[in-house]
Amino acid sequence: MQNSTIASEPLRKSRKFTWPNIKRDFKKNWPLFVMVLPAVAFYIIFHYIPMGGLLMAFENFKPKLGFFDSPFVGMENFADFFGSAFAGRTIRNTLILSLLQIGIEFPLTILFALLLNELRSKRYRKTIQTISYMPYFISMVVVAGIIIDFCSTDGAITSFIGSITGNYDNLLGNPSNWRTIYVVSDLWKNLGFDSIIYVAALSSIDQTLYEAAEIDGANRLQRILRVTIPGIIDTIMIMLILRVGQMLSVGYEKTILLYNPQVYETADILSSFVYRKGLQEANYGYSTAVSLFNSVINFILLLFANAFSKKYTESGLF
Amino acid sequence: MAMVKNKSAGSRIFDGINCLFFALIIVVCILPVWHVICASFSDAGWVMNQTGLIWKIEKFNVNGYKLVFHDSRIWTGYLNTLIYVFGNTALGMFLTVMAAYALSRKDFLWANPIMFLISFTMLFSGGIVPLYILVTQNLGLFDSRWALILPNCMSAFYLILVRTALQNVPDSLEESAMLDGAGRFTILFQIMLPLIKATLATVILYYIIGNWNSWFSAMIYLRTTSKYPLQLVLKEILVTTNNSNSNIDISVLSSSGDSADAVLYKQLVKYCTIVVSTVPMFIFYPFVQKYFESGVMIGAIKG
Repeated sequence: MQNSTIASEPLRKSRKFTWPNIKRDFKKNWPLFVMVLPAVAFYIIFHYIPMGGLLMAFENFKPKLGFFDSPFVGMENFADFFGSAFAGRTIRNTLILSLLQIGIEFPLTILFALLLNELRSKRYRKTIQTISYMPYFISMVVVAGIIIDFCSTDGAITSFIGSITGNYDNLLGNPSNWRTIYVVSDLWKNLGFDSIIYVAALSSIDQTLYEAAEIDGANRLQRILRVTIPGIIDTIMIMLILRVGQMLSVGYEKTILLYNPQVYETADILSSFVYRKGLQEANYGYSTAVSLFNSVINFILLLFANAFSKKYTESGLF
Repeated sequence: MAMVKNKSAGSRIFDGINCLFFALIIVVCILPVWHVICASFSDAGWVMNQTGLIWKIEKFNVNGYKLVFHDSRIWTGYLNTLIYVFGNTALGMFLTVMAAYALSRKDFLWANPIMFLISFTMLFSGGIVPLYILVTQNLGLFDSRWALILPNCMSAFYLILVRTALQNVPDSLEESAMLDGAGRFTILFQIMLPLIKATLATVILYYIIGNWNSWFSAMIYLRTTSKYPLQLVLKEILVTTNNSNSNIDISVLSSSGDSADAVLYKQLVKYCTIVVSTVPMFIFYPFVQKYFESGVMIGAIKG
């Protein structure tokens, strides 16, 4: 990566994996091996063995028979999933939530940072930052508890909405409310903290550009459009591309804390479905198939996103 | 911007609206928390019959807190959480720092292949089901505290943060220490780590907060209530419905202790539990805010 300094140039030559090199390296660097070994063992045991375990997706896995003796069923688990109504529902819900996050949460985070940047009082800005980052550190369980309380029949939000519409039903019991609740609570928890990266990008814009723009007679809106936004557009693009790359990996935490069979229609996403089928109903092979499908799509999306990012912004994740 | 001196009327109006907008944001951020705090000090019956937002304390009392502090689950939960947070963070930091150092050395032949092996896990994973089978069936850690420590103790992302920090330490420091006869371990722990304290603080804090708030692993691996971390106890009290575990023993407040009273106090106890579990975070957070911010920024530059 950034090893291309002149000092490291002579080392480059010895970096080929020839037998004498390997022996020389081991003799000199064996303490480094000792140091990295526990981490390598950790990654092999808890990441690579489970990756191998993905082959369960092609088995009718029975814990008693184990990984090697469970009957092999080929693509049957995949056929089951894609032949069922669950496939359409979970993929659709995952995609819609993701698109809502990209279409609503993503721009609002940028807008938040932009407006924050326009505040003149530095102390007010600091106060807002401290307070708006706070919800990010409240645990998901507590946030879920508060959501349940606020959305219950006599909860704060239900009462407010009920006073307008006259309907005081539990908001979490109605599938048509699910996505709104999901996105709004995301915004409450993450908006401030997610804006940090843009706030940092904004603070690194050269201040003389603003002075020059003002001398040229640019008004405030023009300065935002011509100086501020171009100054952070690279950051925005990278974040957007990475976000698109994670389109099908919506986390299950909030969903499994808040959903119930009444709202599966809009709430059930791929990750929560895998959890329910696999860990709650012990349908291991089937749920692994769904999970493998999800992981492969995620991986492909991420590769595309990264290639795209490298091409257009000259920086990528890897 | 500070250097803009002559403001137009439109600009002033915008400033005013902007200030108001952020005042609104602050209110929205605080209001749910305020509601919970006020309710937790109010009268149980009033809280139960209250609809809508609670914005003031009614008949100040600490009965709810008495119940919560009397509830042994909260205390064992706290204790367990401390064990898991400490175990995970200590083990995770130890593995992270050692691996990050080895992988940051330019003369280490295997640095790049091993780095690839580790980074790849950020892009592709086996998912929860094979991991669950491994931990419960093959490693036999079902209902064991180790199931909450071993599988999640380190993160590739933080390893990369520490590695980057170590790469930025000038080589000359290590070279001169080596000439003095210092070994790799001495160099790492006595020379390198003191130089990257800020990064280490950031990573430690992220490990702590992640483990403090974690509940999912505990839910899938643990069955014995006495091993539950605080967050799982909270889940039983706040989220799980129709569960005998979510009931509370109110005998500490009244000798009668009939179930009608238990129902009466249920809502109040929820609010008190939220406060009791979240207060440490709120006390801790303002002091370390800058580390969390810098964590996002180093991460962003690297990413």
